[in-house]
Amino acid sequence: MNVDKKPITFMILAVLAILVGTLLTTFIPLFVGTVSPSTEKVIPYKPLELEGRDIYIREGCNNCHTQTVRPLPFETRRYGSYSQLEDSAIDRPHLWGSKRTGPDLARVGRKYPAAWHYLHMKSPQSMFPQSNMPSYAWLADNKLSTRYTEKKMKVLGYPYTAENITALKELTEMDALVAYLVRLGKELKQ
Amino acid sequence: MANETRYEYDAVKGFAISSLFWGVVGLLVGILISLQLVYPQLNLTPWLTYGRLRPIHTNALIYGFTIPAAFSLFFFLVQRLGRAPLAFPGLAKFTLYLFNIAIVLAALSLFAGMNQSKEYSELEWPLDIVVVILWVLFSVNIIGTIVRRTEEQMYVSLWYILATVVGVAIVYIGNNISMPVSLFKSYSVYAGANDANVQWWFGHNAVAFVFTTIPLAVFYYILPKSSGAPLYSHRLSIVGFWSLVFAYLWTGAHHLVYTPLPDWIQTVAIAFSIFLIAPSWASVINGYGTMNGRWEQIRNNYLVKFIILGITFYGLQTVQGPSQAVRAFSALIHYTDWVPGHVHMGTMGWVTMTISAGFYYMLPRIYNTEIYSVKLANLHFWLVLVGQLVYSVTMWITGIRQGAMWRALNSDGSLVYANFIETLTPNYPFWNLRTLGGVIFFIGFLVFVYNIAKTIQLAPAPQKA
Repeated sequence: MNVDKKPITFMILAVLAILVGTLLTTFIPLFVGTVSPSTEKVIPYKPLELEGRDIYIREGCNNCHTQTVRPLPFETRRYGSYSQLEDSAIDRPHLWGSKRTGPDLARVGRKYPAAWHYLHMKSPQSMFPQSNMPSYAWLADNKLSTRYTEKKMKVLGYPYTAENITALKELTEMDALVAYLVRLGKELKQ
Repeated sequence: MANETRYEYDAVKGFAISSLFWGVVGLLVGILISLQLVYPQLNLTPWLTYGRLRPIHTNALIYGFTIPAAFSLFFFLVQRLGRAPLAFPGLAKFTLYLFNIAIVLAALSLFAGMNQSKEYSELEWPLDIVVVILWVLFSVNIIGTIVRRTEEQMYVSLWYILATVVGVAIVYIGNNISMPVSLFKSYSVYAGANDANVQWWFGHNAVAFVFTTIPLAVFYYILPKSSGAPLYSHRLSIVGFWSLVFAYLWTGAHHLVYTPLPDWIQTVAIAFSIFLIAPSWASVINGYGTMNGRWEQIRNNYLVKFIILGITFYGLQTVQGPSQAVRAFSALIHYTDWVPGHVHMGTMGWVTMTISAGFYYMLPRIYNTEIYSVKLANLHFWLVLVGQLVYSVTMWITGIRQGAMWRALNSDGSLVYANFIETLTPNYPFWNLRTLGGVIFFIGFLVFVYNIAKTIQLAPAPQKA
C-alpha cells in the first residue's frame, strides 16, 4: 500500500502512531490509582490560600521556583523531605516547575514564618543583598479581589463558608500570597 | 496559460512578514529578561517583571515566530510539491488577520498576568479556543491543497507537514482542557502528578511538532533544492518519519525524572528518549549523505551553509536531549541553566537557521527576484552562529557548576553551600555573557530582516495577468 499517495489514510496512520504512546503513558494513567492518589489526607485550600496561589500563578513565580523535592540526599538535606504524590493531589494546575533560578519552595512553609515572607517579598535584597529576585512590595498596595473567590472554591470543590469569604474583604494580595507560601509543606493531615 | 498552475502567495508573504516582526519582538523580550536575571532593578513595573515577561518571550517565539513561519513555508510547499494552487486563498488571508489579532491579544493577556501557568501553554482558555480555530483554518487549507494536488506522490516534506497538522492539534487540545472560572481564569481538569504528566507530554511534543517536524519539512525540501542533489535515501526518510512520529509521544516524562510521578512512567520515557536518537539521526544522515561529493558547497552556497549547520545542531540536540533524560545526568543538570542552554541550541541553531534558509530560498522566488545581498546573508549566518554558541556554551558551563554546588556534601553529610544564594551569584558573569550571545544573535536576526526587507523592496512590481 502506497500511503504516500493517499493523504487521508496517511493522516489516520499518523494519528494512530501518535495515540499509542499518548494513551499508554499519559491518558490511561489518569485512571490508574498509583498516579491519581487518594485526596483524603490532603487539607483543602482555604479561600485566602487559594487566592494566594492564583497570585503566585499570575506573577509567574513558577518560572524561577520549583515545588518538587527530589529523593536525593543532597536535595532532602537542603529542602526537607522529598515530594510525594499526595502533596499535590488536589493541585489544579500542578506547580512543580522546571527551573530553579531561586530555591525550591515545596517545603518553604516549614522554613520561614509569615513575618519573614512579608519582609522578603517587599525587598529580597534587604535579606540577601545579591539576590536577583524582583521586589513585590506593590502586592501590599493591591486590595485582594474576592469577586471570583466563591466561584473558584466551587469549581475546585473545596469546602468553604460565606464567612470565610467575607473575612477576605480587607486583605491585600500580599496577605494572600504569604498565606499560600506558609502553607507549602504542610498540605497533609498529620 | 491554461495548464499552468496559478500559485497563491499573498498569505505566504503575509505570514513570512508577521513571523519576522514577532521574531524581533520575542528576541527583544529575551534580551530584557536575560538582563533582569542579573539586574533585578530592571523589573520596572508589575507588567514588566520577569515572571510575566518570560512567558511572553517563549510564546512570542513559538506562536509568534515559528508558527507563522510554518504557515508561510507550508502554504508555499503544499502548492509547489502538490503542483496545485492553495485550496482556499481567501480563507488563508482571513487566517493571517485573525492570527495577528490573536498574537496581540495573547501578548496583552500575558502582560496582565492572565496565564494557566503551564509552560508554553500559558494562554487562558478563550485564546486557546482562538488558537484551535486558527489551527483548523490552517489545516483546512493544507489538507485541501494536498487532496487537490496533481502530483500523485507526496514528498517527505508533505509527510512532516501532515504530521505537524495532526500532532499540534492533539497535544494542544489535550493539555488545555480546563474548567473556566471567568473569561480570564481557568483551572486545569487534571490534578497534581497527572497534570504534570499531561503538561510535559504536551511540552515535549510541542518540541516534536513545532521545533522538529516543521523545520524537518523545510529541511527535506530546501536541501536538495539548494544543493542541486537528490535526497540521499528515500527509504531512510520513511523509517525515520514513522519511528519519530511513533516514539516522540512516549518521552514527555523525562522532564519529570525524580518527581513523584511513578517510576515506570519515567523509565519508559527515558528509554524512548534514547531510542529517539535513531529517527533523529536518520534525518542527519540523510542530510550529510545528500552532500556526498558536494561538500565544497558549504563554503560557497549560503543556503547549504544554513541548512547543513541547522541539521548539525539538530544532530547535537538529539544526542544531548536523550543524555539529559538519563537519571544520573538529570540529577546533576535538571533545574539548572544547562536546560535553557540545551533549548537554545535547538531554537537558535536548528529551528531559526532552517527557517532562515527556507525564507532565503522562498521569498526571492515568490517575489520574482534575487536575494538582495549574499554577503549580508553570510554575515547573518556568522552572527547567529556565534551568538548561539556563546549562549549555549556559557549556560552549559554554569549549569554544571551550579548542579555540582547544589550536590556538594561535607564528609559529615552536611551541605557545603548551605545557602542557596552562594550557588546563585556565580551565575551572574555567565548570564552577562549569555546576554552578549543573545545580542549578537539579535543583530544577526536584524541583518536577516534587513536583507529580506530590501529583497522585497527591490522586487519588480507584480505583472497583472
